[in-house]
Amino acid sequence: MSTSATAHHDAHHDEHHDTGRNTTLGFWIYLMTDCILFSCFFATYAVLFMNTAGGVSGKDIFDLNLIAGGTAALLLSSITFGFAMISAYKKSKGGTLLWLAVTFVFGAAFIAIELYEFNHLIHAGHGPSTSAFLTAFFSLVGLHGLHVTAGLLWITIMFIDVAKRGLKDRTVTRLGCLSLFWHFLDVIWICVFSFVYLMGAM
Amino acid sequence: MNLLGKLSWDAIPHDPIVLGTLAVVAVGGAALFVFMTLAKKWGWLWREWLTSVDHKRLGIMYIILALVMLVRGFADAIMMRTQLAVATNGSEGYLPPHHYDQIFTAHGVIMIIFMAMPFMIGLMNIIVPLQIGARDVAFPFLNNLSFWLAVSGALLVNISLGLGEFAMTGWVAYPPLSGLEFSPGTGVDYYIWALQISGIGTTLTGVNFLITVLKMRAPGMKLMDMPIFTWTCTWANVLIVASFPILTAALAMLTLDRYLDFHFFTNDLGGNSMMYINLFWAWGHPEVYILVLPAFGMFSEIVSTFSGKRLFGHKSMIYASGVISLLGFIVWLHHFFTMGSSANVNAFFGIMTMIIAIPTGVKLFNWLFTMYKGRIRMEVPMYWVIGFMITFSIGGMTGVLLAIPGADYVLHNSLFLIAHFHNTIIGGAVFGYLAGFAFWFPKAMGFHLDPKLGKVSFWCWFIGFFLAFMPLYVLGFMGMTRRLNHTDNPDWNVWLYIAALGAFVIAIGIGAFVLQLILGFKNKDKNLDKTGDPWNGHTLEWSLASPPQFYNFAKIPHVEDLDAFTDMKEKGTAYQRHASYEPIHMPSNTNAGPIMGLLATAMGFALIWHIWWLAGASFIGLIVAFICRAYASNTDYYVQPDEVARIENAHLDNVAKG
Repeated sequence: MSTSATAHHDAHHDEHHDTGRNTTLGFWIYLMTDCILFSCFFATYAVLFMNTAGGVSGKDIFDLNLIAGGTAALLLSSITFGFAMISAYKKSKGGTLLWLAVTFVFGAAFIAIELYEFNHLIHAGHGPSTSAFLTAFFSLVGLHGLHVTAGLLWITIMFIDVAKRGLKDRTVTRLGCLSLFWHFLDVIWICVFSFVYLMGAM
Repeated sequence: MNLLGKLSWDAIPHDPIVLGTLAVVAVGGAALFVFMTLAKKWGWLWREWLTSVDHKRLGIMYIILALVMLVRGFADAIMMRTQLAVATNGSEGYLPPHHYDQIFTAHGVIMIIFMAMPFMIGLMNIIVPLQIGARDVAFPFLNNLSFWLAVSGALLVNISLGLGEFAMTGWVAYPPLSGLEFSPGTGVDYYIWALQISGIGTTLTGVNFLITVLKMRAPGMKLMDMPIFTWTCTWANVLIVASFPILTAALAMLTLDRYLDFHFFTNDLGGNSMMYINLFWAWGHPEVYILVLPAFGMFSEIVSTFSGKRLFGHKSMIYASGVISLLGFIVWLHHFFTMGSSANVNAFFGIMTMIIAIPTGVKLFNWLFTMYKGRIRMEVPMYWVIGFMITFSIGGMTGVLLAIPGADYVLHNSLFLIAHFHNTIIGGAVFGYLAGFAFWFPKAMGFHLDPKLGKVSFWCWFIGFFLAFMPLYVLGFMGMTRRLNHTDNPDWNVWLYIAALGAFVIAIGIGAFVLQLILGFKNKDKNLDKTGDPWNGHTLEWSLASPPQFYNFAKIPHVEDLDAFTDMKEKGTAYQRHASYEPIHMPSNTNAGPIMGLLATAMGFALIWHIWWLAGASFIGLIVAFICRAYASNTDYYVQPDEVARIENAHLDNVAKG
């Protein structure tokens, strides 16, 4: 994790049993449980996506241009989070804060696009209660959206943490966990994009 | 908007049995409250126990929860058996279907989720860190939080007794029966939130203990050198992190169907209820191995200790457990062969199911070979082991029988199935936990229980089990299905009477167990375990005082053998006095766990009764509490060397006195 030896003495109070490495590995295993949660929603989507109950299918409602925009925002946010982590390891507080803020903006843009899409579909009469296909679609995409929203809250908290206390070992460990989380959501989104949108619209 | 959602005075059931139970609970609760207040024990309870992050104390609290819920779940069982014994020849008995259906659902949920799971996790909490030479688990606060989430779920199940109803769907809550259309009441919502909240706690426990064994083993202990109980718990934890998210997902989908008019599992608009059933058992089958693998580990420790030998085939036990874990994930469809999948699919799942008998057989032979030419001491835990080996073999064989899809078509949902899974869960898991309880009780509590009463309890459980469940095999073959409220087939009557008798014999066994505990606490001072090693144990937990020092190990031991403590005793390195000690870093107790548990209960309750403001407020409260905890200071302290020296010397003086 941290290469800084000087930062160690001031971290003694924060880190005891939850040493950084335990936390990172523990968070990694938690992410795998989250991955299984997503896989259940993917499997359910696969079972239900043809059950349109006489209503719309993916081809009728997916707007690939819109989704491409959201996807670009999310993928860019992964890169900018990478920059935030590089800054954090370099102990550059300003750089970390800057890149966290940029990541937040991209993440928020993604959520805004998703909310626009959902709102548009519901108003067009294609809400989640309309058919099993739409139920599965809203749930899978919405589950990812909820995770990104939680990520945005977490970025906000880490922003305040870094701004107030600087880059102590504990903070860097937590930024590392958040980074894992954020990239993980990106990977999940790539699956959603390919499996739901691309395969649905083609 | 109604501030109380759907909640009103009508929510209190008018059933005399329920009201009687509530009265007993109220009187008992009031008596406990008065006692605690008069004895001025509330502060002590809060500071020393409820907020504790000590894995040993959390383990004890888990087991208390399990025992309380065992009594509750068993009360359900005995009501069902008496109902079925009196409701024959067309008589309706004393439990109307509305009530009876809630009882069999509650019985299943309670026994699996709130009795067996906390019992297993409790024993794992107490023993695993000790066996690997660690001072605590990887994330002590998370451990406390997991416990409180389990309590939160258990509370919701019990609240349903007095407010509203519990699910009438059976413990699996299959849709469309559990959907809003056919279960419009609060019962299924109680079910959903009780399982959801406690299930998240279980997932966290799984992560916590995996990191603990991966990262916190004493120096010298390689992964393959971990004691067998720790290993079987580790496999169980792998199963927990891989399977509990599936339950979370299935329940979340059912929730969306019920709350937001989604169509995952509904009959109309393209929903598919078989998807729930698949997901449920993709969790549910691994779940039974989560319950039984640690029990196998307990039997292994006990058989080796009381045979005075090293466990036969330690490595093969680890691999066998691993194979069982893996196979446990590819057999879920055998719970619904009758779904109508193709013959090839059914054959695959049938064969995979039968193959599980092989690693399980390896284990049975390992236990027998461990006993072979051993100097066996017939202490109470050993009774349970031998009782288990007989009972579980029968249960395993009927399982192989049920694994044949053709046979399953005949026996599906008959009492044969009920007999089979009680045969494996009681004969495997519960006998295991009671064996482990008898084995580690002196370690956890510091004194012995009366072995005579322990043996009485064992014999009642053992005989009662056969009386209660062998007739169900017969009844299954005679065509009696599960979840019947009353019967009118005279041929069945005698078997139903025997089964009811069996339940009462088990009740005597539970009575003897409770008496054993009461007398144990009363005569505690006469039966102290001063050495910390009452059974001539093999593993590190026996190298400590009973109960162990709160920091576990004054100096982290260096492990040089599979049976680490036996090795130390043979080399003469056990019970060493050290000239000096280092300060020990310990986590402080925290009130964040119980507060978050309470908020989770409030959130679950609010969601069940559609009290949206409370649900929102308690959810935000949960997040805020978690963030506050994450940035709390003073989460740890140091135990000073002179205090460590004082505690260690006192223990070693006791050992020297014998």
